[in-house]
Amino acid sequence: MTRLAVPKTYKLYIGGKFPRSESGRVYEILSSKGAFLANAAQGSRKDARDAVVAARAAFPGWSGATGYNRGQVLYRIAELLEGRRAQFIDEIRQSEGVPAVAAARQVDAAIDVWVWYAGWADKYLQVAGNGNPVSGPYFNISTPEPTGVVAIVAPQQSSLLGLVSVLAPAILSGNTVVLIASEKFALSAISLTEVLATSDVPGGVVNVLTGSAAEIAPWLASHADVNALDLAGAEALDWISLQVSAADTLKRVLAPESGVPAPSVERVTFFTETKTIWHTKALI
Amino acid sequence: MSFLDYAPAPESTSILHLKKSYGLFIDGSFVKGHGKSFSTISPATEETIAEISSANAKDVDAAVGAARRAYDRTWSKLSGADRGKYLFRIARLVQERARELAVAESLDNGKPIKESRDVDVPLVAAWFFYYAGWADKLDYAGLGANPRALGVAAQVIPWNFPLLMLAWKIAPALAAGNTVVIKPAETTPLSALLFAEILQQAELPDGVVNIITGAGETGSLLVNHPDVNKVAFTGSTAVGRAIAKSTAGTGKKLTLELGGKAANIVFDDAPIDQAIEGIVNGIFFNQGHVCCAGSRLLVQENVHDEVVDRLKDRLSTLRLGDPLDKNTDIGAINSKAQLERIRELSNIGEAEGAERWTAPCELPAKGFWFAPTIFTNVSTSNRIARDEVFGPVLSVLTFRTPAEAIAKANNTPYGLSAGIWSDKGSRVLAVADKLRAGVIWANTFNQFDPASPFGGYKESGYGREGGRHGLAAYLTSSAVASAATTRGASK
Amino acid sequence: MTIDRAVALAPAQRATDLIGGDLTEKSLRLHLEGLPGVDAVGLEARAAALGTRSIKTTSKAWALDKIIELIDLTTLEGADTPGKISSLVAKAMTPDASDPSTPRVAAVCVYGDMVPYAVAALGSSHSAGRDDGINVAAVATAFPSGRASLPVKIADTKDAVAAGADEIDMVIDRGAFLSGSYGLVFDQIVAVKEACRREDGTYAHLKVILETGELNTYDNVRRASWLAILAGGDFIKTSTGKVSPAATLPVTLLMLQVVADWYRLTGGASGGQRIGVKPAGGIRTSKDAIKYLVTVAETVGEEWLQPHLFRFGASSLLNDVLLQRQKLTTGHYSGPDYVTMD
Repeated sequence: MTRLAVPKTYKLYIGGKFPRSESGRVYEILSSKGAFLANAAQGSRKDARDAVVAARAAFPGWSGATGYNRGQVLYRIAELLEGRRAQFIDEIRQSEGVPAVAAARQVDAAIDVWVWYAGWADKYLQVAGNGNPVSGPYFNISTPEPTGVVAIVAPQQSSLLGLVSVLAPAILSGNTVVLIASEKFALSAISLTEVLATSDVPGGVVNVLTGSAAEIAPWLASHADVNALDLAGAEALDWISLQVSAADTLKRVLAPESGVPAPSVERVTFFTETKTIWHTKALI
Repeated sequence: MSFLDYAPAPESTSILHLKKSYGLFIDGSFVKGHGKSFSTISPATEETIAEISSANAKDVDAAVGAARRAYDRTWSKLSGADRGKYLFRIARLVQERARELAVAESLDNGKPIKESRDVDVPLVAAWFFYYAGWADKLDYAGLGANPRALGVAAQVIPWNFPLLMLAWKIAPALAAGNTVVIKPAETTPLSALLFAEILQQAELPDGVVNIITGAGETGSLLVNHPDVNKVAFTGSTAVGRAIAKSTAGTGKKLTLELGGKAANIVFDDAPIDQAIEGIVNGIFFNQGHVCCAGSRLLVQENVHDEVVDRLKDRLSTLRLGDPLDKNTDIGAINSKAQLERIRELSNIGEAEGAERWTAPCELPAKGFWFAPTIFTNVSTSNRIARDEVFGPVLSVLTFRTPAEAIAKANNTPYGLSAGIWSDKGSRVLAVADKLRAGVIWANTFNQFDPASPFGGYKESGYGREGGRHGLAAYLTSSAVASAATTRGASK
Repeated sequence: MTIDRAVALAPAQRATDLIGGDLTEKSLRLHLEGLPGVDAVGLEARAAALGTRSIKTTSKAWALDKIIELIDLTTLEGADTPGKISSLVAKAMTPDASDPSTPRVAAVCVYGDMVPYAVAALGSSHSAGRDDGINVAAVATAFPSGRASLPVKIADTKDAVAAGADEIDMVIDRGAFLSGSYGLVFDQIVAVKEACRREDGTYAHLKVILETGELNTYDNVRRASWLAILAGGDFIKTSTGKVSPAATLPVTLLMLQVVADWYRLTGGASGGQRIGVKPAGGIRTSKDAIKYLVTVAETVGEEWLQPHLFRFGASSLLNDVLLQRQKLTTGHYSGPDYVTMD
């Protein structure tokens, strides 16, 4: 006798909680062969709005934490990912229709990328900042700071590695994020939110919306309380319109990339602002 | 007689040999523009200084074409060391012609000669010296080994620091190996055209720097030219926004240095006499035509009256008048249009209920002038507390706690600069951490240095000018460059 | 050291008015330590900016004469003799024999034992309380170190006043100041002020030398300036001229700011008290001296440019001013042989 399976219905991840879409809509996540895998919430503009509010609220705390602390919190995520390795491999195998070996390779690569980025949390500042030898009696230093709320369109063709490769560099410096998951390969993103919810990452630091990037992204691109836009996975969208719209409040915009962005410190510093502080120096 | 009515001490203009009219500087020589020429006037007297060419689409094409040829055939083939030597030459020539450049700048812009002489022009030379040394050390610029130039840079600069903004743009662009087409502001083209003569003296290869004059339309043609790889703009947020839109999706690398509404925060333990000077320097330097001007004074409530009283006393000693007089502190407003904007916003300030105080000084009959003005009883919602006035107008607001000061300082779409005045080091550093602005001056204000990055958060723009960071605006890392090439090939 | 010593201080009028009747070491200290700090970089930048004023033609002519009128022509050498003093006095009365329109200096400044010779040499030109003559200023209180007991300092002062000194240039005890004994410094100034009292009840003017080169920090200079004013000083003076650095423009600017604060505090235009300032030592050229005039005019105001509110303590400055003056009058440059040595 075969056991009757419990079908899964997932929700959004906003402010550390798992709400349904305010629109009440869901869509089916299918396997590569078209079989039903789960129901996911189909995020709306109002969900995007709520996510931005949550991200903004989380910004002072997360950006105010020490780099060492953020690094530890992020490393803890890697540990949790490792613990759920089998689940992620299984989901990727079903979603992407790749062999288990390839799925395992992706999960391992994603964990390693995550660890690599986690280690930057207390170092990027030293690499991207410096003291400045100005011609006068002044202490002068330039250091990068997180830009603020970053909206991300995750790579659409990669379940976990693409997701991790855009999320980790944005949050390690102290930014908070509203991320639109891959519409088709949303399972990894959803599972990652479950990891985040049980980790030490404060609620609101990462907010994940599932659904149509084409529908949600314009609301984030035009949202005045979003500071930057990562269009990594927006190649198939009308991303130029998104960039034009983002220009209304001079958001920093990273253009689409085909495939999975390679790990780089430039991805970290792109979502930072250099602050230069002058102070007078005198003995007398 | 009153000693304080110092006898006139005009800087001699005999050092300046101006032509009656100037063409566009394209491919190493001056050529006539095809647009409708215009006069550049002295804002202090409204007298015409020279006739200036205007570049139309054809001229912009020629300038970009010259820059492209120079990039392909000459500049990209030179060693970094040789590029550096050209920049060193330019720096020296600026120093040698410093007096002449200062006089031209004050004449055309209206700023006091003591500022053009002691601030603008020395910084111009310093900027070229600083970046000259970077030209053969780009591996250390922070973009990995062998970073690459972008190609042709289109640069559009404002009228408040005409020559200094030119230096901020051209020096790093050339050091990084780009060629340049630059457009000075239409009200202040003069010093850029004298600078073109310096480029000839330096024997900079033809086409490496092209200087085209004209109004906003010329600038728009330039930044939207398809053969431009990089756009750098300094000016209003409105125009910056338009450029960000028009360059979207083009792959042009964009840096913007836009408006500001800086908070200058004075705590009750501030070194009071220096704070007063800093407030004055913060908002009345260059007639307040400064994007990073400390236009919002946030004073701790318990010292508000004392600070305002002292400020009024101090402002009463400022000397407004002939920009070429060596004792002038406040020069002319750069243009009639700007004067009208300052008047309009000031009138709105009054209408909204803020209390207006104007320094007692006589305004010359001809020219564009606005006396130093302070508004007290200003609320955060008043337009003079939110809009960039870009003139000698200070809005005074109060706060009670450091947290309130930070909140008020950050309560603006801008984020270019801020000032903090306090004798308590720990508080200075903590407040500096929390201010969302790109340049923080603690117990000082309006300091600039080629080694120090400058640029804003939020709607004050993106990218940094100055220092090692300033190079990043004109370079791409080898990894990114080859990735881009590969992607291009696969499409 | 502790600050809870409730040692009562001499009840000088200004101090009790400002701080309260129960003036103690502690209350004075709290007051001085509550003064706003000084940012050295900003102060020096402001002084440098004032130094860039371009004073030309008629303004320069006025300034040169004004500088002469504000000079305390000084000789303070161990080798001073009656002959040297009379020669100094002659120069003070007739700075430039070739040009009778040259004004006289404000005062001659000498050691206490030289006062009788200066008075004698001045004869009817000695102001002795009048407005139109030349004053005799005497350094006192174990100048320049100030290292003597209070009775010696008082005797030194009384001796000079009795000999006809119109002004006393006292030094503060810098050691006491730097060790935090503000009350001791305060009481000594009050005592010396009292020693300036003449038999007829009038007082010789008291200039209090802070010796800013030894106080070292601008915060100390501000505190010492306040302390000297509160204790009753008529003038605050930068230096003895025996310690380097002596007068600098930033230090003088700072002292002028204190004087401006005092004037504002005591009523400003409606009856505020005007305290004098005297930079001394190191001002040798007209160009430098003009920077001081500009600094005075643009901070405390032009009304301070009078001998009872501003002085230059100088010796070689006078001749440089005379050379500049001759240049303005004749249109060509002069040389050191065309002004007298002293």
